[in-house]
Amino acid sequence: MQYALLIYTKPGAVEALSPEEAEELSRDYWALRDEPGILGGAGLQPVTTATTLRLADGKPVVTDGPFADTKEVFGGYYVYECDNLDQATEMAARIPALRIGGTIEIRPVRGKAN
Amino acid sequence: MLAVLVGYLGDFELAEESVAEAFAVAARRWPAEGTPASPVAWLVTTAKNRAIDRLRRDRVLAAKLRLLEATAQATVEAEVDESEIPDERLELIFTCCHPAIAVDAQVALTLRAVAGLATDDIARAFLVPGETMKRRLTRAKTKIRDAGIPFRVPEPGRLEERLAVVLAVIYLIFNQGYSAPGQAGHLAAEAIRLGRVLAALLPGQSEPRGLLALMLLHDARRAARLGGPGGQDLVLLADQDRGLWDWAQIAEAREILTPLAGRRGPYLIQAAIASLHAAVPADWRQIAALYAELAELTGSPVVRLNGAIAIAQAGAAGAALEIVDDLDLPGYQYWHSTRAELLRRLGRSGEALAAYRDALALAGTEPERRFLLGRIAELAGDGGTRSG
Repeated sequence: MQYALLIYTKPGAVEALSPEEAEELSRDYWALRDEPGILGGAGLQPVTTATTLRLADGKPVVTDGPFADTKEVFGGYYVYECDNLDQATEMAARIPALRIGGTIEIRPVRGKAN
Repeated sequence: MLAVLVGYLGDFELAEESVAEAFAVAARRWPAEGTPASPVAWLVTTAKNRAIDRLRRDRVLAAKLRLLEATAQATVEAEVDESEIPDERLELIFTCCHPAIAVDAQVALTLRAVAGLATDDIARAFLVPGETMKRRLTRAKTKIRDAGIPFRVPEPGRLEERLAVVLAVIYLIFNQGYSAPGQAGHLAAEAIRLGRVLAALLPGQSEPRGLLALMLLHDARRAARLGGPGGQDLVLLADQDRGLWDWAQIAEAREILTPLAGRRGPYLIQAAIASLHAAVPADWRQIAALYAELAELTGSPVVRLNGAIAIAQAGAAGAALEIVDDLDLPGYQYWHSTRAELLRRLGRSGEALAAYRDALALAGTEPERRFLLGRIAELAGDGGTRSG
Protein backbone atom coordinates (compact mmCIF):
# COMPACT_ATOMS: atom_id res chain seq x y z
CA MET A 1 0.00 0.00 0.00
CA GLN A 2 1.10 3.56 -0.48
CA TYR A 3 0.55 6.19 2.12
CA ALA A 4 0.89 9.95 2.02
CA LEU A 5 2.50 11.24 5.23
CA LEU A 6 1.29 14.83 5.46
CA ILE A 7 3.32 17.13 7.67
CA TYR A 8 1.69 19.88 9.74
CA THR A 9 3.35 22.28 12.16
CA LYS A 10 2.04 24.94 14.51
CA PRO A 11 2.19 28.46 13.06
CA GLY A 12 5.55 30.03 13.88
CA ALA A 13 7.16 26.79 15.09
CA VAL A 14 9.50 26.47 12.14
CA GLU A 15 10.31 30.19 12.13
CA ALA A 16 11.21 29.96 15.83
CA LEU A 17 14.07 27.51 15.19
CA SER A 18 17.67 28.63 15.42
CA PRO A 19 19.75 28.18 12.25
CA GLU A 20 21.47 25.16 13.86
CA GLU A 21 18.17 23.53 14.83
CA ALA A 22 16.72 24.19 11.37
CA GLU A 23 19.87 22.70 9.80
CA GLU A 24 19.55 19.56 11.96
CA LEU A 25 15.87 19.11 11.09
CA SER A 26 16.66 19.60 7.41
CA ARG A 27 19.35 16.92 7.48
CA ASP A 28 16.92 14.49 9.12
CA TYR A 29 14.24 15.23 6.54
CA TRP A 30 16.69 14.51 3.73
CA ALA A 31 17.92 11.36 5.43
CA LEU A 32 14.35 10.01 5.54
CA ARG A 33 14.07 10.62 1.80
CA ASP A 34 16.68 7.86 1.35
CA GLU A 35 14.84 5.24 3.42
CA PRO A 36 13.69 2.14 1.50
CA GLY A 37 9.98 2.50 0.82
CA ILE A 38 9.99 6.29 0.62
CA LEU A 39 8.96 6.94 -2.98
CA GLY A 40 9.09 10.68 -2.90
CA GLY A 41 8.26 13.77 -0.97
CA ALA A 42 8.67 17.49 -0.89
CA GLY A 43 9.21 20.21 1.64
CA LEU A 44 7.16 23.27 0.87
CA GLN A 45 8.26 26.89 1.13
CA PRO A 46 6.76 28.92 3.98
CA VAL A 47 3.10 29.78 4.06
CA THR A 48 3.86 33.40 3.12
CA THR A 49 4.66 32.20 -0.39
CA ALA A 50 1.30 30.46 -0.82
CA THR A 51 -1.42 31.33 -3.30
CA THR A 52 -4.96 29.95 -3.29
CA LEU A 53 -7.15 29.16 -6.28
CA ARG A 54 -10.93 28.60 -6.25
CA LEU A 55 -13.78 28.79 -8.69
CA ALA A 56 -16.21 31.69 -8.34
CA ASP A 57 -19.09 31.67 -10.79
CA GLY A 58 -17.25 28.96 -12.67
CA LYS A 59 -14.13 31.08 -13.14
CA PRO A 60 -10.79 30.53 -11.35
CA VAL A 61 -10.05 33.22 -8.81
CA VAL A 62 -6.58 33.63 -7.36
CA THR A 63 -5.91 35.12 -3.92
CA ASP A 64 -2.90 35.60 -1.69
CA GLY A 65 -2.25 33.24 1.21
CA PRO A 66 -2.68 29.57 2.16
CA PHE A 67 -5.91 27.59 2.38
CA ALA A 68 -6.27 28.28 6.08
CA ASP A 69 -8.88 25.75 7.09
CA THR A 70 -6.74 24.43 9.90
CA LYS A 71 -4.73 26.35 12.47
CA GLU A 72 -1.75 24.19 11.63
CA VAL A 73 0.51 24.86 8.67
CA PHE A 74 0.93 22.22 5.98
CA GLY A 75 4.66 22.01 5.36
CA GLY A 76 5.38 19.02 3.15
CA TYR A 77 4.88 15.31 2.67
CA TYR A 78 6.40 11.92 1.94
CA VAL A 79 4.95 9.09 -0.09
CA TYR A 80 5.74 5.78 1.58
CA GLU A 81 5.22 2.27 0.27
CA CYS A 82 4.77 -0.52 2.82
CA ASP A 83 2.53 -3.43 3.79
CA ASN A 84 0.14 -1.88 6.27
CA LEU A 85 -0.83 1.04 8.47
CA ASP A 86 1.40 -0.03 11.35
CA GLN A 87 4.50 0.17 9.16
CA ALA A 88 3.41 3.56 7.83
CA THR A 89 2.97 4.70 11.44
CA GLU A 90 6.48 3.57 12.37
CA MET A 91 7.94 5.64 9.52
CA ALA A 92 5.74 8.65 10.32
CA ALA A 93 6.98 8.57 13.91
CA ARG A 94 10.46 9.47 12.64
CA ILE A 95 9.46 12.68 10.89
CA PRO A 96 11.30 15.63 12.45
CA ALA A 97 8.22 17.89 12.60
CA LEU A 98 7.00 15.83 15.58
CA ARG A 99 9.91 17.08 17.67
CA ILE A 100 8.67 20.66 17.37
CA GLY A 101 5.05 19.89 18.28
CA GLY A 102 3.92 19.03 14.76
CA THR A 103 1.33 16.49 13.60
CA ILE A 104 1.47 13.91 10.83
CA GLU A 105 -1.62 12.82 8.95
CA ILE A 106 -1.34 9.33 7.42
CA ARG A 107 -3.63 8.63 4.49
CA PRO A 108 -3.64 5.82 1.96
CA VAL A 109 -3.08 6.81 -1.66
CA ARG A 110 -5.91 5.89 -4.04
CA GLY A 111 -5.55 2.90 -6.29
CA LYS A 112 -2.56 1.52 -4.41
CA ALA A 113 -4.27 -1.02 -2.15
CA ASN A 114 -2.59 -4.40 -1.62
CA MET B 1 -14.35 -18.96 11.77
CA LEU B 2 -14.92 -15.28 11.11
CA ALA B 3 -11.44 -14.59 12.45
CA VAL B 4 -9.83 -16.95 9.93
CA LEU B 5 -11.70 -15.38 7.02
CA VAL B 6 -10.89 -11.84 8.12
CA GLY B 7 -7.27 -12.93 8.32
CA TYR B 8 -7.29 -14.22 4.74
CA LEU B 9 -9.20 -11.33 3.28
CA GLY B 10 -8.37 -8.30 5.44
CA ASP B 11 -11.96 -7.25 4.79
CA PHE B 12 -14.64 -7.60 7.47
CA GLU B 13 -17.68 -7.08 5.23
CA LEU B 14 -16.54 -9.66 2.70
CA ALA B 15 -15.63 -12.14 5.43
CA GLU B 16 -18.99 -11.78 7.20
CA GLU B 17 -20.95 -12.16 3.98
CA SER B 18 -18.94 -15.17 2.83
CA VAL B 19 -19.40 -16.91 6.17
CA ALA B 20 -23.15 -16.22 6.07
CA GLU B 21 -23.38 -17.62 2.55
CA ALA B 22 -21.41 -20.75 3.50
CA PHE B 23 -23.81 -21.41 6.39
CA ALA B 24 -26.77 -20.91 4.05
CA VAL B 25 -25.36 -23.44 1.58
CA ALA B 26 -24.71 -25.91 4.42
CA ALA B 27 -28.27 -25.52 5.68
CA ARG B 28 -29.54 -26.40 2.19
CA ARG B 29 -27.19 -29.25 1.34
CA TRP B 30 -26.26 -31.11 4.54
CA PRO B 31 -29.76 -32.37 5.42
CA ALA B 32 -29.92 -33.93 1.93
CA GLU B 33 -26.30 -34.98 1.39
CA GLY B 34 -25.20 -35.63 4.96
CA THR B 35 -22.77 -33.65 7.15
CA PRO B 36 -19.18 -33.69 5.86
CA ALA B 37 -16.44 -35.37 7.89
CA SER B 38 -14.85 -32.03 8.78
CA PRO B 39 -17.75 -29.59 8.87
CA VAL B 40 -15.69 -26.55 9.93
CA ALA B 41 -13.11 -27.18 7.21
CA TRP B 42 -15.93 -27.51 4.67
CA LEU B 43 -17.45 -24.23 5.84
CA VAL B 44 -14.11 -22.39 5.69
CA THR B 45 -13.39 -23.68 2.18
CA THR B 46 -16.88 -22.86 0.98
CA ALA B 47 -16.69 -19.36 2.47
CA LYS B 48 -13.35 -18.76 0.78
CA ASN B 49 -14.74 -19.94 -2.56
CA ARG B 50 -17.71 -17.60 -2.16
CA ALA B 51 -15.31 -14.78 -1.40
CA ILE B 52 -13.28 -15.60 -4.51
CA ASP B 53 -16.42 -15.41 -6.63
CA ARG B 54 -17.16 -11.96 -5.24
CA LEU B 55 -13.66 -10.72 -5.72
CA ARG B 56 -13.69 -11.90 -9.32
CA ARG B 57 -16.32 -9.28 -9.87
CA ASP B 58 -14.15 -6.58 -8.36
CA ARG B 59 -11.05 -5.74 -10.37
CA VAL B 60 -9.57 -3.44 -7.77
CA LEU B 61 -8.82 -6.40 -5.52
CA ALA B 62 -7.24 -8.49 -8.27
CA ALA B 63 -4.03 -9.03 -6.35
CA LYS B 64 -5.89 -10.37 -3.33
CA LEU B 65 -7.68 -12.77 -5.67
CA ARG B 66 -4.41 -14.36 -6.74
CA LEU B 67 -3.52 -14.99 -3.11
CA LEU B 68 -6.93 -16.53 -2.37
CA GLU B 69 -6.83 -18.83 -5.40
CA ALA B 70 -3.49 -20.23 -4.33
CA THR B 71 -4.74 -21.06 -0.85
CA ALA B 72 -8.20 -22.25 -1.93
CA GLN B 73 -6.67 -24.73 -4.41
CA ALA B 74 -4.56 -26.27 -1.70
CA THR B 75 -7.42 -26.75 0.74
CA VAL B 76 -9.81 -28.22 -1.83
CA GLU B 77 -7.29 -30.91 -2.72
CA ALA B 78 -6.00 -31.76 0.72
CA GLU B 79 -7.99 -33.30 3.57
CA VAL B 80 -7.98 -30.40 5.98
CA ASP B 81 -7.63 -31.37 9.60
CA GLU B 82 -9.84 -29.17 11.78
CA SER B 83 -7.09 -28.75 14.33
CA GLU B 84 -4.97 -27.06 11.66
CA ILE B 85 -7.38 -24.17 11.37
CA PRO B 86 -5.65 -21.47 13.36
CA ASP B 87 -7.29 -19.81 16.34
CA GLU B 88 -7.02 -16.21 15.22
CA ARG B 89 -9.18 -14.69 17.94
CA LEU B 90 -6.20 -12.76 19.31
CA GLU B 91 -5.54 -11.20 15.90
CA LEU B 92 -9.22 -10.31 15.69
CA ILE B 93 -9.24 -8.67 19.12
CA PHE B 94 -6.15 -6.56 18.37
CA THR B 95 -7.57 -5.54 15.00
CA CYS B 96 -10.91 -4.50 16.49
CA CYS B 97 -9.08 -2.48 19.15
CA HIS B 98 -6.59 -0.79 16.82
CA PRO B 99 -5.85 2.80 17.92
CA ALA B 100 -6.53 4.06 14.37
CA ILE B 101 -10.20 3.21 14.91
CA ALA B 102 -12.38 5.60 16.94
CA VAL B 103 -12.85 4.36 20.52
CA ASP B 104 -16.63 4.00 20.34
CA ALA B 105 -16.15 2.00 17.15
CA GLN B 106 -13.50 -0.19 18.82
CA VAL B 107 -16.08 -1.02 21.50
CA ALA B 108 -18.84 -1.71 18.95
CA LEU B 109 -16.60 -3.79 16.70
CA THR B 110 -15.32 -5.90 19.61
CA LEU B 111 -18.87 -6.62 20.76
CA ARG B 112 -19.99 -7.43 17.21
CA ALA B 113 -17.07 -9.45 15.88
CA VAL B 114 -15.51 -10.96 19.01
CA ALA B 115 -18.49 -11.32 21.36
CA GLY B 116 -20.93 -11.94 18.49
CA LEU B 117 -23.66 -9.61 19.74
CA ALA B 118 -26.29 -8.39 17.27
CA THR B 119 -25.98 -4.77 16.10
CA ASP B 120 -29.38 -3.82 17.55
CA ASP B 121 -28.42 -5.32 20.89
CA ILE B 122 -25.25 -3.23 21.00
CA ALA B 123 -27.18 -0.10 19.97
CA ARG B 124 -29.68 -0.55 22.80
CA ALA B 125 -26.95 -1.16 25.37
CA PHE B 126 -25.30 2.13 24.43
CA LEU B 127 -28.54 4.04 24.05
CA VAL B 128 -28.09 4.94 20.36
CA PRO B 129 -30.41 4.21 17.43
CA GLY B 130 -29.78 0.99 15.50
CA GLU B 131 -28.94 2.91 12.31
CA THR B 132 -26.28 4.92 14.14
CA MET B 133 -24.62 1.75 15.42
CA LYS B 134 -24.81 0.16 11.97
CA ARG B 135 -23.07 3.18 10.43
CA ARG B 136 -20.47 3.20 13.19
CA LEU B 137 -19.62 -0.45 12.49
CA THR B 138 -19.54 0.04 8.72
CA ARG B 139 -17.26 3.04 9.00
CA ALA B 140 -14.87 1.08 11.19
CA LYS B 141 -14.79 -1.92 8.86
CA THR B 142 -14.22 0.35 5.88
CA LYS B 143 -11.39 2.08 7.70
CA ILE B 144 -9.76 -1.29 8.45
CA ARG B 145 -9.86 -2.24 4.79
CA ASP B 146 -9.04 1.10 3.18
CA ALA B 147 -6.34 2.28 5.59
CA GLY B 148 -4.63 -1.10 5.60
CA ILE B 149 -4.99 -1.88 9.30
CA PRO B 150 -3.15 -5.20 9.56
CA PHE B 151 -4.74 -8.37 10.90
CA ARG B 152 -2.08 -9.43 13.36
CA VAL B 153 -0.94 -9.60 16.94
CA PRO B 154 1.43 -6.68 17.55
CA GLU B 155 5.14 -7.49 17.77
CA PRO B 156 6.63 -7.89 21.27
CA GLY B 157 7.95 -4.31 21.37
CA ARG B 158 4.46 -2.90 20.80
CA LEU B 159 2.38 -5.55 22.55
CA GLU B 160 2.06 -3.91 25.95
CA GLU B 161 0.91 -0.53 24.67
CA ARG B 162 -1.58 -2.15 22.27
CA LEU B 163 -2.77 -4.53 24.98
CA ALA B 164 -3.56 -1.50 27.15
CA VAL B 165 -5.97 -0.35 24.44
CA VAL B 166 -7.68 -3.76 24.32
CA LEU B 167 -8.01 -3.86 28.11
CA ALA B 168 -9.46 -0.35 28.11
CA VAL B 169 -12.13 -1.41 25.59
CA ILE B 170 -13.09 -4.47 27.63
CA TYR B 171 -13.25 -2.39 30.82
CA LEU B 172 -15.39 0.22 29.03
CA ILE B 173 -17.81 -2.54 28.04
CA PHE B 174 -17.86 -3.79 31.62
CA ASN B 175 -18.53 -0.33 33.04
CA GLN B 176 -21.37 0.26 30.61
CA GLY B 177 -23.01 -2.90 31.90
CA TYR B 178 -22.16 -2.14 35.51
CA SER B 179 -23.54 1.39 35.54
CA ALA B 180 -26.69 0.76 33.47
CA PRO B 181 -27.92 -2.63 34.62
CA GLY B 182 -31.35 -2.11 33.05
CA GLN B 183 -30.41 -1.67 29.41
CA ALA B 184 -26.93 -3.03 29.41
CA GLY B 185 -26.63 -5.45 32.35
CA HIS B 186 -25.56 -8.37 30.18
CA LEU B 187 -22.55 -6.37 28.98
CA ALA B 188 -20.83 -6.98 32.31
CA ALA B 189 -21.02 -10.72 31.70
CA GLU B 190 -19.82 -10.24 28.10
CA ALA B 191 -16.85 -8.21 29.29
CA ILE B 192 -15.94 -10.88 31.82
CA ARG B 193 -16.16 -13.50 29.08
CA LEU B 194 -13.89 -11.42 26.85
CA GLY B 195 -11.53 -11.00 29.80
CA ARG B 196 -11.36 -14.77 30.25
CA VAL B 197 -10.65 -15.31 26.56
CA LEU B 198 -7.91 -12.68 26.54
CA ALA B 199 -6.29 -14.06 29.69
CA ALA B 200 -6.30 -17.56 28.19
CA LEU B 201 -4.84 -16.36 24.87
CA LEU B 202 -2.04 -14.34 26.54
CA PRO B 203 -0.88 -16.53 29.44
CA GLY B 204 2.44 -14.72 29.69
CA GLN B 205 0.81 -11.33 30.40
CA SER B 206 -0.41 -10.46 33.89
CA GLU B 207 -2.61 -7.41 33.17
CA PRO B 208 -5.40 -9.39 31.42
CA ARG B 209 -5.71 -11.50 34.56
CA GLY B 210 -5.62 -8.34 36.66
CA LEU B 211 -8.52 -6.90 34.66
CA LEU B 212 -10.45 -10.16 34.89
CA ALA B 213 -10.04 -10.26 38.68
CA LEU B 214 -11.07 -6.59 38.92
CA MET B 215 -14.26 -7.17 36.93
CA LEU B 216 -15.11 -10.32 38.90
CA LEU B 217 -14.72 -8.40 42.16
CA HIS B 218 -16.90 -5.45 41.07
CA ASP B 219 -19.48 -7.77 39.56
CA ALA B 220 -19.63 -9.90 42.71
CA ARG B 221 -21.24 -7.00 44.54
CA ARG B 222 -23.86 -6.36 41.85
CA ALA B 223 -26.83 -7.65 43.86
CA ALA B 224 -26.02 -5.42 46.82
CA ARG B 225 -25.31 -2.12 45.03
CA LEU B 226 -28.85 -1.03 44.48
CA GLY B 227 -31.67 -1.06 47.01
CA GLY B 228 -34.94 0.57 47.83
CA PRO B 229 -38.17 0.34 45.79
CA GLY B 230 -37.41 -0.39 42.14
CA GLY B 231 -33.70 -0.72 42.92
CA GLN B 232 -33.17 3.00 42.41
CA ASP B 233 -31.24 3.69 45.61
CA LEU B 234 -27.47 3.57 45.63
CA VAL B 235 -26.07 1.55 48.53
CA LEU B 236 -22.58 2.58 49.56
CA LEU B 237 -19.94 -0.10 49.99
CA ALA B 238 -19.90 0.23 53.78
CA ASP B 239 -23.67 -0.25 53.97
CA GLN B 240 -24.00 -3.14 51.53
CA ASP B 241 -25.51 -6.46 52.61
CA ARG B 242 -22.44 -8.67 52.31
CA GLY B 243 -24.70 -11.70 52.31
CA LEU B 244 -25.73 -10.65 48.82
CA TRP B 245 -22.16 -10.67 47.51
CA ASP B 246 -21.09 -13.53 45.25
CA TRP B 247 -18.38 -14.98 47.48
CA ALA B 248 -17.54 -17.75 45.01
CA GLN B 249 -16.73 -15.09 42.44
CA ILE B 250 -14.69 -13.12 44.98
CA ALA B 251 -12.79 -16.29 45.82
CA GLU B 252 -12.16 -16.93 42.13
CA ALA B 253 -10.80 -13.40 41.70
CA ARG B 254 -8.52 -13.82 44.72
CA GLU B 255 -7.24 -17.15 43.34
CA ILE B 256 -6.35 -15.36 40.12
CA LEU B 257 -4.50 -12.63 42.03
CA THR B 258 -2.54 -14.74 44.50
CA PRO B 259 0.17 -16.02 42.11
CA LEU B 260 0.53 -12.50 40.71
CA ALA B 261 1.24 -10.87 44.08
CA GLY B 262 4.75 -9.74 43.09
CA ARG B 263 3.72 -8.22 39.77
CA ARG B 264 2.66 -4.67 39.15
CA GLY B 265 0.34 -3.10 36.60
CA PRO B 266 -2.61 -0.71 36.67
CA TYR B 267 -5.33 -3.37 36.53
CA LEU B 268 -3.53 -5.67 38.95
CA ILE B 269 -3.27 -2.88 41.50
CA GLN B 270 -6.93 -1.91 41.05
CA ALA B 271 -7.90 -5.55 41.52
CA ALA B 272 -5.80 -5.80 44.69
CA ILE B 273 -7.56 -2.68 45.99
CA ALA B 274 -10.98 -4.12 45.16
CA SER B 275 -10.04 -7.34 46.93
CA LEU B 276 -9.03 -5.40 50.06
CA HIS B 277 -12.32 -3.44 49.90
CA ALA B 278 -14.15 -6.73 50.28
CA ALA B 279 -12.45 -7.56 53.58
CA VAL B 280 -13.84 -6.69 57.00
CA PRO B 281 -12.46 -4.63 58.53
CA ALA B 282 -10.93 -3.01 55.45
CA ASP B 283 -7.21 -2.26 55.73
CA TRP B 284 -7.44 1.40 54.65
CA ARG B 285 -3.75 2.11 55.09
CA GLN B 286 -2.85 -0.67 52.70
CA ILE B 287 -5.53 0.49 50.30
CA ALA B 288 -4.18 4.05 50.46
CA ALA B 289 -0.65 2.74 49.81
CA LEU B 290 -1.83 0.83 46.73
CA TYR B 291 -3.60 3.94 45.42
CA ALA B 292 -0.34 5.84 45.85
CA GLU B 293 1.43 3.20 43.72
CA LEU B 294 -1.30 3.41 41.12
CA ALA B 295 -1.10 7.20 41.05
CA GLU B 296 2.66 6.93 40.41
CA LEU B 297 2.05 4.52 37.54
CA THR B 298 -0.74 6.40 35.84
CA GLY B 299 -0.40 10.03 36.98
CA SER B 300 -4.18 10.09 37.05
CA PRO B 301 -5.92 12.73 39.19
CA VAL B 302 -8.95 10.42 39.52
CA VAL B 303 -6.67 7.83 41.12
CA ARG B 304 -5.38 10.46 43.52
CA LEU B 305 -8.99 11.30 44.33
CA ASN B 306 -9.76 7.70 45.21
CA GLY B 307 -6.55 7.51 47.22
CA ALA B 308 -7.66 10.52 49.22
CA ILE B 309 -10.91 8.73 50.08
CA ALA B 310 -8.90 5.82 51.45
CA ILE B 311 -6.81 8.23 53.53
CA ALA B 312 -10.04 9.70 54.90
CA GLN B 313 -11.32 6.23 55.72
CA ALA B 314 -8.07 5.58 57.57
CA GLY B 315 -8.97 8.55 59.79
CA ALA B 316 -7.35 11.62 58.21
CA ALA B 317 -10.22 13.56 56.61
CA GLY B 318 -8.36 16.88 56.84
CA ALA B 319 -5.31 15.56 54.99
CA ALA B 320 -7.62 13.96 52.44
CA LEU B 321 -9.41 17.24 51.79
CA GLU B 322 -6.09 18.99 51.17
CA ILE B 323 -5.23 16.42 48.50
CA VAL B 324 -8.66 16.67 46.91
CA ASP B 325 -8.64 20.48 46.82
CA ASP B 326 -5.32 20.34 44.99
CA LEU B 327 -6.78 18.31 42.12
CA ASP B 328 -8.13 19.96 39.00
CA LEU B 329 -11.33 18.07 38.16
CA PRO B 330 -14.14 20.63 37.97
CA GLY B 331 -16.12 18.61 35.41
CA TYR B 332 -15.89 15.34 37.33
CA GLN B 333 -18.99 14.59 39.39
CA TYR B 334 -17.14 12.45 41.95
CA TRP B 335 -14.63 15.20 42.70
CA HIS B 336 -17.50 17.38 43.90
CA SER B 337 -19.21 14.57 45.80
CA THR B 338 -15.93 13.53 47.46
CA ARG B 339 -15.21 17.12 48.53
CA ALA B 340 -18.76 17.32 49.82
CA GLU B 341 -18.39 14.14 51.86
CA LEU B 342 -15.08 15.25 53.39
CA LEU B 343 -16.43 18.72 54.21
CA ARG B 344 -19.44 17.07 55.81
CA ARG B 345 -17.21 14.91 58.01
CA LEU B 346 -15.22 17.97 59.03
CA GLY B 347 -18.41 19.76 60.09
CA ARG B 348 -18.23 22.39 57.33
CA SER B 349 -21.87 22.00 56.33
CA GLY B 350 -22.36 25.15 54.25
CA GLU B 351 -19.46 24.27 51.96
CA ALA B 352 -20.54 20.62 51.90
CA LEU B 353 -24.02 21.63 50.76
CA ALA B 354 -22.60 23.73 47.91
CA ALA B 355 -20.37 20.86 46.80
CA TYR B 356 -23.25 18.34 46.87
CA ARG B 357 -25.25 20.71 44.67
CA ASP B 358 -22.35 20.91 42.19
CA ALA B 359 -22.21 17.11 42.13
CA LEU B 360 -25.97 16.89 41.59
CA ALA B 361 -25.68 19.11 38.52
CA LEU B 362 -23.32 16.56 36.98
CA ALA B 363 -24.97 13.34 38.19
CA GLY B 364 -25.69 10.85 35.41
CA THR B 365 -27.96 8.17 36.84
CA GLU B 366 -31.16 8.16 38.88
CA PRO B 367 -29.68 6.27 41.87
CA GLU B 368 -26.85 8.78 42.09
CA ARG B 369 -29.25 11.74 41.91
CA ARG B 370 -31.40 10.29 44.67
CA PHE B 371 -28.37 9.71 46.87
CA LEU B 372 -27.13 13.29 46.44
CA LEU B 373 -30.60 14.74 47.01
CA GLY B 374 -30.77 12.72 50.19
CA ARG B 375 -27.51 14.16 51.45
CA ILE B 376 -28.59 17.68 50.51
CA ALA B 377 -31.85 17.26 52.42
CA GLU B 378 -29.96 16.09 55.53
CA LEU B 379 -27.58 19.02 55.45
CA ALA B 380 -30.19 21.63 54.57
CA GLY B 381 -32.21 20.51 57.57
CA ASP B 382 -29.09 20.88 59.70
CA GLY B 383 -27.66 24.03 58.09
CA GLY B 384 -29.12 26.60 60.46
CA THR B 385 -27.06 25.48 63.45
CA ARG B 386 -23.61 25.36 61.85
CA SER B 387 -21.34 27.90 60.30
CA GLY B 388 -19.62 27.08 57.07
